[in-house]
Amino acid sequence: MTARVGVVTFPGSLDDGDAARAVRIAGAEPVRLWHGDPDLHGVDAVVLPGGFSYGDYLRCGAIARFAPVMETVVQAARGGLPVLGICNGFQILCEAHLLPGALTRNQHLHFRNRDQVLRIEAAGTAWTNAFQPGQEVLVPVKNGEGCYVADPATLDRLEAEGRVVARYLGGNPNGSQRDIAAITNEAGNVVGIMPHPEHAVEALTGPSLDGLGFFTSVLKHLVGAPA
Amino acid sequence: MPRVVVDVMLKPEILDPQGQAVANALPRLGVSDVASVRIGRRIEIEFTGEPDLDRAREIADKLLANPVIEDFTVHVVTADENAGAHS
Repeated sequence: MTARVGVVTFPGSLDDGDAARAVRIAGAEPVRLWHGDPDLHGVDAVVLPGGFSYGDYLRCGAIARFAPVMETVVQAARGGLPVLGICNGFQILCEAHLLPGALTRNQHLHFRNRDQVLRIEAAGTAWTNAFQPGQEVLVPVKNGEGCYVADPATLDRLEAEGRVVARYLGGNPNGSQRDIAAITNEAGNVVGIMPHPEHAVEALTGPSLDGLGFFTSVLKHLVGAPA
Repeated sequence: MPRVVVDVMLKPEILDPQGQAVANALPRLGVSDVASVRIGRRIEIEFTGEPDLDRAREIADKLLANPVIEDFTVHVVTADENAGAHS
């Protein structure tokens, strides 16, 4: 059976279309979910896409966290549902306390938009099991508030538990502590990533096809996961 | 109408690049005696009834501030004080 992967649209989401496209190219059925509808419609995994939910008012992701769909997503994620938050989605996952730390204004205050090399540090998560540990991938980065911060104890714990999923290579685009580009929760089913794998799934528009691995990973994970 | 004011500031250990950018611009105004600038956010809440500090604290903790990176304080202001603050 084809896996069904939900993509949530919030007011101000920008990359929901590309995320749904990446899901389809990876071989799954994308299911569009709406912020105001708490029903996840039986999806097997959820992507929170990039963009500017609620205009980034207050703090990025702070208001989206209270959207009706998020109550269900948070509950399901705690129960093991694979959830990938990309860019604004990463910010929402931190605001919802599914991931530790926070994303703050880029240290240099500039929006950064470029192709970025990442090193996959944790290849055991639901969203990265198609990669080799240490594998380098090229995906676009585009953010104004992508600087990952957490207190030193939290950072040490993430490192010790192998929960730093990806790091920036060849220059840190936003000042993120310890060059962190992506992290995961303790169970490895929730991943937040600041760069955009969904923009690197086709030769026509992406700098590589490396992003596809995140979406094929979840399909592998779902096949192996107990029902 | 009395209001509850919530002041939200980045924790001291969190870098404030906006504040730094402002501090770096001050010498261009001829100001050379400012050591640092930190930028926060002031939120004014009007309740339908009496101002409720505990409720304001709850709102601040859950939504207005992110306790991972920010601290907040709450206090009640009367209309008079409010006018004073804006003068």
